Amino acid sequence: MTGPDAARKEAASSRSTIRVLLPQHLRTLAQVEGELLLEVTAPITVRSILDALEARHPMLRGTIRDQVTLQRRPFLRFFACEEDLSHHSPDAPLPEAVASGQEPLLIIGAIAGG
Amino acid sequence: MSQVRVLVGTRKGAFILTSDGKRNKWEVSGPHFAGWEIYHVKGSPADPNRLYASQSSGWFGQVIQTSTDGGQNWAPVGNQFTYKGVPGTHQWYDGTPHPWEFKRVWHLEPSLTDPETVYAGVEDAALFRSADGGKTWAELEGMRQHGTGPHWQPGAGGMCLHTILLDPSNPDRIYIAISAAGAFRTDDGGKSWKPINKGLVSEFIPDPNAEVGHCVHHVALHPARPQVLFMQKHWDVMRSDDAGDNWREVSGNLPSDFGFAIDVHAHEPETLYVVPIKSDSEHFPPEGKLRVYRSRTGGNEWEPLTKGLPQQDCYVNVLRDAMAVDRLDQCGIYFGTTGGQVYASPDAGDSWAPIVRDLPAVLSVEVQTLP
Repeated sequence: MTGPDAARKEAASSRSTIRVLLPQHLRTLAQVEGELLLEVTAPITVRSILDALEARHPMLRGTIRDQVTLQRRPFLRFFACEEDLSHHSPDAPLPEAVASGQEPLLIIGAIAGG
Repeated sequence: MSQVRVLVGTRKGAFILTSDGKRNKWEVSGPHFAGWEIYHVKGSPADPNRLYASQSSGWFGQVIQTSTDGGQNWAPVGNQFTYKGVPGTHQWYDGTPHPWEFKRVWHLEPSLTDPETVYAGVEDAALFRSADGGKTWAELEGMRQHGTGPHWQPGAGGMCLHTILLDPSNPDRIYIAISAAGAFRTDDGGKSWKPINKGLVSEFIPDPNAEVGHCVHHVALHPARPQVLFMQKHWDVMRSDDAGDNWREVSGNLPSDFGFAIDVHAHEPETLYVVPIKSDSEHFPPEGKLRVYRSRTGGNEWEPLTKGLPQQDCYVNVLRDAMAVDRLDQCGIYFGTTGGQVYASPDAGDSWAPIVRDLPAVLSVEVQTLP
Protein backbone atom coordinates (compact mmCIF):
# COMPACT_ATOMS: atom_id res chain seq x y z
CA MET A 1 0.00 0.00 0.00
CA THR A 2 1.36 3.43 -0.95
CA GLY A 3 0.15 7.01 -1.07
CA PRO A 4 -2.43 8.68 1.20
CA ASP A 5 -3.86 5.41 2.50
CA ALA A 6 -0.46 4.29 3.75
CA ALA A 7 0.20 7.65 5.35
CA ARG A 8 -3.15 7.51 7.14
CA LYS A 9 -2.49 3.99 8.35
CA GLU A 10 0.96 4.92 9.62
CA ALA A 11 -0.41 7.95 11.43
CA ALA A 12 -3.13 5.86 13.01
CA SER A 13 -0.64 3.28 14.19
CA SER A 14 1.48 5.99 15.82
CA ARG A 15 -1.46 7.24 17.93
CA SER A 16 -2.24 5.87 21.35
CA THR A 17 -5.14 6.27 23.70
CA ILE A 18 -3.76 7.82 26.86
CA ARG A 19 -5.51 8.04 30.20
CA VAL A 20 -5.20 11.35 32.05
CA LEU A 21 -6.57 12.29 35.45
CA LEU A 22 -6.92 16.00 36.15
CA PRO A 23 -7.31 17.71 39.52
CA GLN A 24 -10.92 18.26 40.46
CA HIS A 25 -10.86 22.03 39.80
CA LEU A 26 -9.58 21.49 36.28
CA ARG A 27 -12.17 18.78 35.61
CA THR A 28 -14.79 21.35 36.60
CA LEU A 29 -13.22 24.01 34.39
CA ALA A 30 -13.06 21.62 31.41
CA GLN A 31 -16.53 20.23 32.21
CA VAL A 32 -15.35 16.61 32.23
CA GLU A 33 -15.84 13.81 34.71
CA GLY A 34 -13.44 11.10 35.76
CA GLU A 35 -10.46 10.11 33.67
CA LEU A 36 -9.95 11.57 30.22
CA LEU A 37 -9.09 9.40 27.26
CA LEU A 38 -6.90 11.27 24.81
CA GLU A 39 -5.67 10.26 21.38
CA VAL A 40 -2.01 11.24 21.40
CA THR A 41 0.48 10.92 18.57
CA ALA A 42 3.80 9.30 19.45
CA PRO A 43 6.18 9.92 21.03
CA ILE A 44 4.15 9.75 24.25
CA THR A 45 5.60 12.44 26.48
CA VAL A 46 4.28 15.00 28.92
CA ARG A 47 4.52 17.58 26.16
CA SER A 48 2.59 15.55 23.58
CA ILE A 49 -0.11 14.70 26.12
CA LEU A 50 -0.51 18.31 27.22
CA ASP A 51 -0.59 19.43 23.59
CA ALA A 52 -3.44 17.02 22.92
CA LEU A 53 -5.19 17.93 26.17
CA GLU A 54 -5.08 21.67 25.47
CA ALA A 55 -6.17 21.17 21.86
CA ARG A 56 -9.29 19.36 23.00
CA HIS A 57 -9.93 21.59 26.03
CA PRO A 58 -8.58 25.07 25.23
CA MET A 59 -9.81 26.46 28.55
CA LEU A 60 -7.02 24.47 30.23
CA ARG A 61 -4.33 26.52 28.49
CA GLY A 62 -2.24 28.25 31.10
CA THR A 63 -3.63 26.26 34.01
CA ILE A 64 -1.09 23.41 33.92
CA ARG A 65 1.83 25.05 32.15
CA ASP A 66 2.66 28.61 31.17
CA GLN A 67 1.27 29.46 27.76
CA VAL A 68 4.49 31.09 26.56
CA THR A 69 7.35 29.30 28.32
CA LEU A 70 5.46 25.98 28.61
CA GLN A 71 6.96 25.60 32.09
CA ARG A 72 4.92 23.48 34.50
CA ARG A 73 3.11 25.62 37.06
CA PRO A 74 4.97 25.36 40.35
CA PHE A 75 2.18 23.81 42.44
CA LEU A 76 1.37 21.03 39.97
CA ARG A 77 3.00 17.64 39.66
CA PHE A 78 2.98 14.84 37.08
CA PHE A 79 2.81 11.33 38.54
CA ALA A 80 2.62 7.97 36.78
CA CYS A 81 3.35 4.39 37.76
CA GLU A 82 4.02 5.54 41.34
CA GLU A 83 6.78 7.85 40.15
CA ASP A 84 7.05 11.64 40.30
CA LEU A 85 7.91 12.64 36.73
CA SER A 86 7.59 16.37 37.34
CA HIS A 87 11.29 17.10 37.05
CA HIS A 88 11.87 14.95 33.99
CA SER A 89 12.19 16.63 30.62
CA PRO A 90 8.74 17.21 29.09
CA ASP A 91 10.12 15.45 26.03
CA ALA A 92 11.21 12.30 27.89
CA PRO A 93 9.22 9.22 26.83
CA LEU A 94 6.70 8.22 29.48
CA PRO A 95 6.63 4.68 30.88
CA GLU A 96 5.27 2.04 28.52
CA ALA A 97 2.36 1.45 30.87
CA VAL A 98 1.21 5.05 30.26
CA ALA A 99 1.87 4.86 26.52
CA SER A 100 -0.16 1.67 26.28
CA GLY A 101 -3.03 3.04 28.34
CA GLN A 102 -2.58 0.60 31.21
CA GLU A 103 -1.77 3.39 33.65
CA PRO A 104 -2.98 7.02 33.73
CA LEU A 105 -0.88 10.14 33.81
CA LEU A 106 -1.90 11.87 37.01
CA ILE A 107 -1.82 15.66 37.10
CA ILE A 108 -1.80 16.53 40.77
CA GLY A 109 -2.28 19.78 42.62
CA ALA A 110 0.26 20.16 45.40
CA ILE A 111 -1.07 19.61 48.88
CA ALA A 112 -0.85 23.15 50.16
CA GLY A 113 -3.00 25.32 52.33
CA GLY A 114 -5.03 28.33 51.41
CA MET B 1 -39.95 47.46 39.38
CA SER B 2 -36.19 47.86 39.39
CA GLN B 3 -33.86 45.09 40.46
CA VAL B 4 -30.47 45.19 42.07
CA ARG B 5 -27.77 42.61 41.39
CA VAL B 6 -24.71 42.57 43.63
CA LEU B 7 -21.65 40.79 42.25
CA VAL B 8 -19.37 39.56 45.02
CA GLY B 9 -15.85 38.19 44.57
CA THR B 10 -14.42 36.22 47.48
CA ARG B 11 -11.37 34.16 48.37
CA LYS B 12 -13.24 30.97 47.50
CA GLY B 13 -15.74 31.79 44.80
CA ALA B 14 -18.20 34.32 43.41
CA PHE B 15 -21.68 35.03 44.71
CA ILE B 16 -24.55 36.89 43.11
CA LEU B 17 -27.07 38.60 45.37
CA THR B 18 -30.34 39.84 43.91
CA SER B 19 -33.24 41.84 45.24
CA ASP B 20 -36.03 44.04 44.05
CA GLY B 21 -35.85 47.79 44.45
CA LYS B 22 -36.89 47.65 48.09
CA ARG B 23 -33.65 45.84 48.87
CA ASN B 24 -34.79 44.07 52.01
CA LYS B 25 -35.19 40.49 50.70
CA TRP B 26 -32.26 38.93 48.92
CA GLU B 27 -31.53 35.78 47.01
CA VAL B 28 -28.02 34.41 47.16
CA SER B 29 -26.58 32.43 44.25
CA GLY B 30 -23.24 30.69 44.49
CA PRO B 31 -20.55 29.82 45.02
CA HIS B 32 -19.66 30.14 41.38
CA PHE B 33 -16.13 28.85 40.65
CA ALA B 34 -16.01 27.33 44.14
CA GLY B 35 -12.55 27.12 45.60
CA TRP B 36 -11.02 29.76 43.33
CA GLU B 37 -10.10 33.31 44.25
CA ILE B 38 -12.44 35.71 42.51
CA TYR B 39 -10.73 39.06 42.60
CA HIS B 40 -13.44 40.87 40.65
CA VAL B 41 -16.75 40.45 38.85
CA LYS B 42 -18.25 43.30 36.88
CA GLY B 43 -21.07 43.79 34.39
CA SER B 44 -21.05 45.73 31.16
CA PRO B 45 -22.89 49.06 31.39
CA ALA B 46 -23.85 48.57 27.74
CA ASP B 47 -25.34 45.10 28.33
CA PRO B 48 -25.95 44.34 32.01
CA ASN B 49 -26.30 40.62 31.38
CA ARG B 50 -22.74 40.48 30.07
CA LEU B 51 -20.53 39.82 33.09
CA TYR B 52 -16.80 39.35 33.33
CA ALA B 53 -15.08 37.53 36.21
CA SER B 54 -11.43 37.19 37.18
CA GLN B 55 -10.88 33.68 38.52
CA SER B 56 -7.45 32.73 39.80
CA SER B 57 -5.64 30.19 41.90
CA GLY B 58 -2.15 29.65 43.21
CA TRP B 59 -2.27 26.19 41.64
CA PHE B 60 -3.86 26.85 38.28
CA GLY B 61 -3.18 30.52 37.52
CA GLN B 62 -5.55 32.91 35.81
CA VAL B 63 -8.87 32.20 34.12
CA ILE B 64 -11.32 34.78 32.78
CA GLN B 65 -14.99 33.86 32.71
CA THR B 66 -17.87 35.59 30.96
CA SER B 67 -21.61 35.28 31.24
CA THR B 68 -24.23 36.50 28.79
CA ASP B 69 -27.20 35.83 31.04
CA GLY B 70 -26.44 37.77 34.17
CA GLY B 71 -24.36 35.09 35.84
CA GLN B 72 -26.55 32.00 35.49
CA ASN B 73 -24.13 30.39 33.04
CA TRP B 74 -20.47 31.08 32.51
CA ALA B 75 -17.83 30.23 29.93
CA PRO B 76 -14.06 30.58 30.14
CA VAL B 77 -12.47 32.85 27.55
CA GLY B 78 -8.89 33.92 26.89
CA ASN B 79 -6.38 34.01 29.70
CA GLN B 80 -3.14 34.85 27.95
CA PHE B 81 -1.76 38.10 29.33
CA THR B 82 1.62 38.66 27.70
CA TYR B 83 3.50 41.89 28.21
CA LYS B 84 4.45 43.60 24.97
CA GLY B 85 8.12 43.76 24.11
CA VAL B 86 10.81 43.09 26.69
CA PRO B 87 9.02 43.61 30.00
CA GLY B 88 12.10 44.91 31.82
CA THR B 89 12.30 45.28 35.56
CA HIS B 90 10.70 47.10 38.44
CA GLN B 91 12.08 47.35 41.95
CA TRP B 92 11.65 44.46 44.32
CA TYR B 93 10.87 44.95 48.02
CA ASP B 94 14.60 45.15 48.76
CA GLY B 95 15.21 47.72 46.04
CA THR B 96 16.84 45.32 43.57
CA PRO B 97 15.61 45.07 39.98
CA HIS B 98 12.97 42.39 39.50
CA PRO B 99 11.55 41.21 36.18
CA TRP B 100 7.94 41.99 35.37
CA GLU B 101 5.91 38.78 35.81
CA PHE B 102 2.20 38.31 35.26
CA LYS B 103 0.47 36.99 38.38
CA ARG B 104 -3.26 37.72 38.25
CA VAL B 105 -6.03 40.06 37.15
CA TRP B 106 -7.16 42.31 39.97
CA HIS B 107 -9.80 44.37 38.21
CA LEU B 108 -11.97 44.08 35.10
CA GLU B 109 -13.53 47.25 33.74
CA PRO B 110 -16.02 46.75 30.90
CA SER B 111 -16.33 49.52 28.31
CA LEU B 112 -19.13 52.01 28.91
CA THR B 113 -20.43 51.52 25.37
CA ASP B 114 -19.32 48.16 23.93
CA PRO B 115 -20.05 44.87 25.72
CA GLU B 116 -17.21 43.17 23.84
CA THR B 117 -14.57 45.58 25.10
CA VAL B 118 -13.13 45.19 28.57
CA TYR B 119 -10.00 46.39 30.35
CA ALA B 120 -7.98 44.31 32.80
CA GLY B 121 -5.70 45.66 35.50
CA VAL B 122 -3.09 43.07 36.39
CA GLU B 123 -0.25 42.25 38.76
CA ASP B 124 2.63 42.91 37.97
CA ALA B 125 1.17 46.27 37.08
CA ALA B 126 -0.05 46.61 33.52
CA LEU B 127 -3.23 47.41 31.66
CA PHE B 128 -4.69 45.06 29.06
CA ARG B 129 -7.68 45.43 26.76
CA SER B 130 -9.83 42.92 24.96
CA ALA B 131 -12.09 43.96 22.10
CA ASP B 132 -13.54 40.50 21.50
CA GLY B 133 -15.30 39.70 24.73
CA GLY B 134 -12.20 38.48 26.52
CA LYS B 135 -11.02 35.97 23.92
CA THR B 136 -7.74 37.81 23.31
CA TRP B 137 -5.93 40.43 25.32
CA ALA B 138 -3.43 43.09 24.26
CA GLU B 139 -1.39 45.22 26.59
CA LEU B 140 -1.68 49.01 26.45
CA GLU B 141 2.05 49.07 26.93
CA GLY B 142 2.41 52.83 26.99
CA MET B 143 1.30 52.79 30.62
CA ARG B 144 4.02 50.42 31.76
CA GLN B 145 6.64 51.90 29.48
CA HIS B 146 6.07 55.59 30.03
CA GLY B 147 9.36 55.91 31.90
CA THR B 148 9.01 55.56 35.65
CA GLY B 149 8.26 51.82 35.64
CA PRO B 150 11.77 50.71 36.70
CA HIS B 151 11.24 52.71 39.93
CA TRP B 152 7.91 51.18 40.91
CA GLN B 153 7.82 48.89 43.92
CA PRO B 154 5.13 46.44 45.00
CA GLY B 155 2.91 47.23 47.94
CA ALA B 156 2.38 44.57 50.58
CA GLY B 157 -0.34 42.99 48.43
CA GLY B 158 1.75 42.95 45.29
CA MET B 159 2.41 45.42 42.49
CA CYS B 160 -1.11 45.51 41.19
CA LEU B 161 -3.00 47.76 38.84
CA HIS B 162 -6.23 47.75 40.82
CA THR B 163 -8.26 50.75 39.71
CA ILE B 164 -9.51 51.60 36.21
CA LEU B 165 -11.85 54.55 35.71
CA LEU B 166 -13.28 55.31 32.28
CA ASP B 167 -14.33 58.92 31.72
CA PRO B 168 -17.92 58.88 30.43
CA SER B 169 -17.49 62.33 28.88
CA ASN B 170 -14.26 61.56 27.03
CA PRO B 171 -13.60 58.10 25.56
CA ASP B 172 -9.89 58.89 25.27
CA ARG B 173 -9.43 59.54 28.99
CA ILE B 174 -8.73 56.72 31.43
CA TYR B 175 -7.47 56.89 35.00
CA ILE B 176 -5.66 53.96 36.61
CA ALA B 177 -3.96 53.41 39.95
CA ILE B 178 -1.18 51.09 41.03
CA SER B 179 0.12 49.97 44.40
CA ALA B 180 2.67 51.28 45.06
CA ALA B 181 3.33 53.54 42.10
CA GLY B 182 0.42 55.98 42.20
CA ALA B 183 -2.26 57.25 39.85
CA PHE B 184 -1.85 57.76 36.11
CA ARG B 185 -3.96 59.22 33.30
CA THR B 186 -4.14 58.88 29.56
CA ASP B 187 -5.86 61.43 27.33
CA ASP B 188 -5.27 59.59 24.07
CA GLY B 189 -7.03 56.28 24.59
CA GLY B 190 -4.15 54.57 26.32
CA LYS B 191 -1.22 55.34 24.03
CA SER B 192 0.57 57.68 26.42
CA TRP B 193 0.27 58.14 30.16
CA LYS B 194 1.41 60.54 32.80
CA PRO B 195 1.64 60.23 36.57
CA ILE B 196 -0.97 62.35 38.37
CA ASN B 197 0.32 62.38 41.92
CA LYS B 198 1.06 66.06 42.59
CA GLY B 199 -0.08 66.90 46.07
CA LEU B 200 0.14 63.37 47.41
CA VAL B 201 2.41 63.17 50.44
CA SER B 202 3.68 59.78 51.57
CA GLU B 203 5.97 59.84 54.58
CA PHE B 204 6.96 56.22 54.06
CA ILE B 205 8.93 56.89 50.85
CA PRO B 206 12.30 58.66 50.63
CA ASP B 207 10.85 61.72 48.90
CA PRO B 208 7.36 62.18 50.34
CA ASN B 209 6.38 64.34 47.35
CA ALA B 210 7.84 62.09 44.65
CA GLU B 211 6.30 61.89 41.19
CA VAL B 212 5.67 58.14 41.67
CA GLY B 213 5.88 55.66 44.53
CA HIS B 214 2.67 56.52 46.36
CA CYS B 215 0.53 53.68 47.62
CA VAL B 216 -2.83 54.65 46.17
CA HIS B 217 -5.49 52.26 47.45
CA HIS B 218 -8.48 53.30 45.38
CA VAL B 219 -9.91 56.17 43.34
CA ALA B 220 -13.55 57.01 42.63
CA LEU B 221 -15.42 59.52 40.52
CA HIS B 222 -18.99 60.57 39.87
CA PRO B 223 -19.94 60.04 36.21
CA ALA B 224 -21.53 63.49 35.94
CA ARG B 225 -18.31 65.17 37.07
CA PRO B 226 -15.49 62.91 35.91
CA GLN B 227 -12.79 65.52 36.36
CA VAL B 228 -13.33 65.41 40.14
CA LEU B 229 -11.52 62.45 41.70
CA PHE B 230 -11.57 61.11 45.22
CA MET B 231 -8.77 58.91 46.48
CA GLN B 232 -8.21 56.69 49.47
CA LYS B 233 -4.45 56.55 49.78
CA HIS B 234 -2.50 54.27 52.12
CA TRP B 235 -2.89 57.13 54.54
CA ASP B 236 -4.95 60.22 53.63
CA VAL B 237 -8.19 60.76 51.77
CA MET B 238 -7.51 63.06 48.83
CA ARG B 239 -9.46 65.07 46.27
CA SER B 240 -8.61 66.48 42.86
CA ASP B 241 -10.77 68.96 40.96
CA ASP B 242 -8.65 68.96 37.83
CA ALA B 243 -8.54 65.35 36.63
CA GLY B 244 -5.73 64.46 38.96
CA ASP B 245 -3.30 67.22 38.06
CA ASN B 246 -3.39 68.47 41.65
CA TRP B 247 -4.56 66.81 44.84
CA ARG B 248 -5.44 68.11 48.29
CA GLU B 249 -6.17 66.25 51.46
CA VAL B 250 -9.79 66.03 52.64
CA SER B 251 -9.36 63.59 55.54
CA GLY B 252 -10.77 66.21 57.93
CA ASN B 253 -12.25 64.69 61.08
CA LEU B 254 -11.98 61.01 60.17
CA PRO B 255 -10.90 58.86 63.13
CA SER B 256 -8.25 57.33 60.85
CA ASP B 257 -7.40 58.35 57.32
CA PHE B 258 -6.03 54.92 56.51
CA GLY B 259 -8.37 52.69 54.54
CA PHE B 260 -8.98 50.98 51.25
CA ALA B 261 -12.48 51.57 49.88
CA ILE B 262 -13.97 54.85 48.70
CA ASP B 263 -17.06 55.60 46.63
CA VAL B 264 -19.40 58.40 45.59
CA HIS B 265 -23.18 58.64 45.97
CA ALA B 266 -24.99 57.92 42.70
CA HIS B 267 -26.86 61.23 42.59
CA GLU B 268 -24.87 63.56 44.84
CA PRO B 269 -21.39 64.14 43.45
CA GLU B 270 -20.22 65.73 46.71
CA THR B 271 -21.32 62.82 48.91
CA LEU B 272 -18.51 60.33 49.61
CA TYR B 273 -18.12 57.17 51.60
CA VAL B 274 -15.04 55.63 53.20
CA VAL B 275 -14.45 52.96 55.82
CA PRO B 276 -11.65 54.08 58.14
CA ILE B 277 -9.20 51.36 59.12
CA LYS B 278 -6.95 51.72 62.16
CA SER B 279 -3.54 51.50 60.51
CA ASP B 280 -1.39 49.79 57.92
CA SER B 281 -0.45 47.09 60.40
CA GLU B 282 -3.81 46.83 62.17
CA HIS B 283 -6.20 46.20 59.31
CA PHE B 284 -9.42 46.56 61.25
CA PRO B 285 -11.75 49.37 62.26
CA PRO B 286 -10.67 51.71 65.06
CA GLU B 287 -12.02 50.69 68.48
CA GLY B 288 -13.54 47.52 67.01
CA LYS B 289 -16.45 49.59 65.63
CA LEU B 290 -17.36 49.10 61.99
CA ARG B 291 -18.25 52.57 60.79
CA VAL B 292 -18.79 53.91 57.31
CA TYR B 293 -18.04 57.62 57.18
CA ARG B 294 -20.01 59.89 54.89
CA SER B 295 -19.12 63.37 53.77
CA ARG B 296 -21.81 65.48 52.13
CA THR B 297 -19.34 68.26 51.46
CA GLY B 298 -16.88 66.54 49.16
CA GLY B 299 -14.58 65.69 52.04
CA ASN B 300 -13.20 67.26 55.23
CA GLU B 301 -16.45 67.02 57.19
CA TRP B 302 -17.38 63.42 57.90
CA GLU B 303 -20.16 61.76 59.88
CA PRO B 304 -20.10 58.19 61.18
CA LEU B 305 -22.80 55.83 59.92
CA THR B 306 -23.32 53.06 62.44
CA LYS B 307 -26.97 52.00 62.49
CA GLY B 308 -27.04 48.26 61.86
CA LEU B 309 -23.26 47.86 61.83
CA PRO B 310 -21.40 46.07 64.66
CA GLN B 311 -20.16 48.59 67.20
CA GLN B 312 -18.08 46.32 69.35
CA ASP B 313 -15.53 43.55 68.86
CA CYS B 314 -15.46 43.95 65.08
CA TYR B 315 -12.05 43.34 63.52
CA VAL B 316 -12.72 42.87 59.82
CA ASN B 317 -11.26 44.79 56.91
CA VAL B 318 -12.97 46.28 53.86
CA LEU B 319 -10.79 45.91 50.78
CA ARG B 320 -10.33 48.44 47.99
CA ASP B 321 -12.83 47.04 45.47
CA ALA B 322 -15.35 45.94 48.06
CA MET B 323 -17.65 48.99 48.08
CA ALA B 324 -20.18 50.03 45.47
CA VAL B 325 -23.39 52.02 45.00
CA ASP B 326 -26.58 51.36 43.11
CA ARG B 327 -28.37 53.95 40.99
CA LEU B 328 -31.90 53.76 42.37
CA ASP B 329 -33.57 57.03 43.34
CA GLN B 330 -32.78 56.32 46.96
CA CYS B 331 -29.12 55.43 46.47
CA GLY B 332 -28.06 52.11 47.98
CA ILE B 333 -24.54 51.60 49.36
CA TYR B 334 -22.91 48.18 49.65
CA PHE B 335 -19.69 46.84 51.06
CA GLY B 336 -18.14 43.47 51.85
CA THR B 337 -15.73 42.51 54.60
CA THR B 338 -12.90 40.09 55.07
CA GLY B 339 -15.18 38.41 57.61
CA GLY B 340 -17.57 37.42 54.84
CA GLN B 341 -20.38 39.87 55.48
CA VAL B 342 -21.94 41.94 52.71
CA TYR B 343 -23.79 44.92 54.13
CA ALA B 344 -26.37 46.96 52.27
CA SER B 345 -27.87 50.32 53.02
CA PRO B 346 -31.00 51.18 51.01
CA ASP B 347 -31.02 54.74 52.37
CA ALA B 348 -27.67 56.19 51.36
CA GLY B 349 -25.93 54.94 54.47
CA ASP B 350 -28.36 55.95 57.19
CA SER B 351 -29.04 52.33 58.11
CA TRP B 352 -27.43 49.03 57.28
CA ALA B 353 -28.26 45.33 57.30
CA PRO B 354 -26.23 42.33 56.23
CA ILE B 355 -27.37 40.63 53.02
CA VAL B 356 -25.20 37.64 53.93
CA ARG B 357 -22.98 37.11 56.96
CA ASP B 358 -20.80 34.09 56.34
CA LEU B 359 -19.21 34.16 52.93
CA PRO B 360 -15.49 33.62 52.44
CA ALA B 361 -13.43 36.81 52.76
CA VAL B 362 -14.86 39.37 50.35
CA LEU B 363 -12.45 40.78 47.78
CA SER B 364 -14.81 42.83 45.64
CA VAL B 365 -18.37 44.11 45.44
CA GLU B 366 -20.01 45.57 42.35
CA VAL B 367 -23.64 46.56 41.92
CA GLN B 368 -25.89 46.57 38.90
CA THR B 369 -29.18 48.45 38.83
CA LEU B 370 -31.51 46.67 36.45
CA PRO B 371 -34.82 47.81 34.98
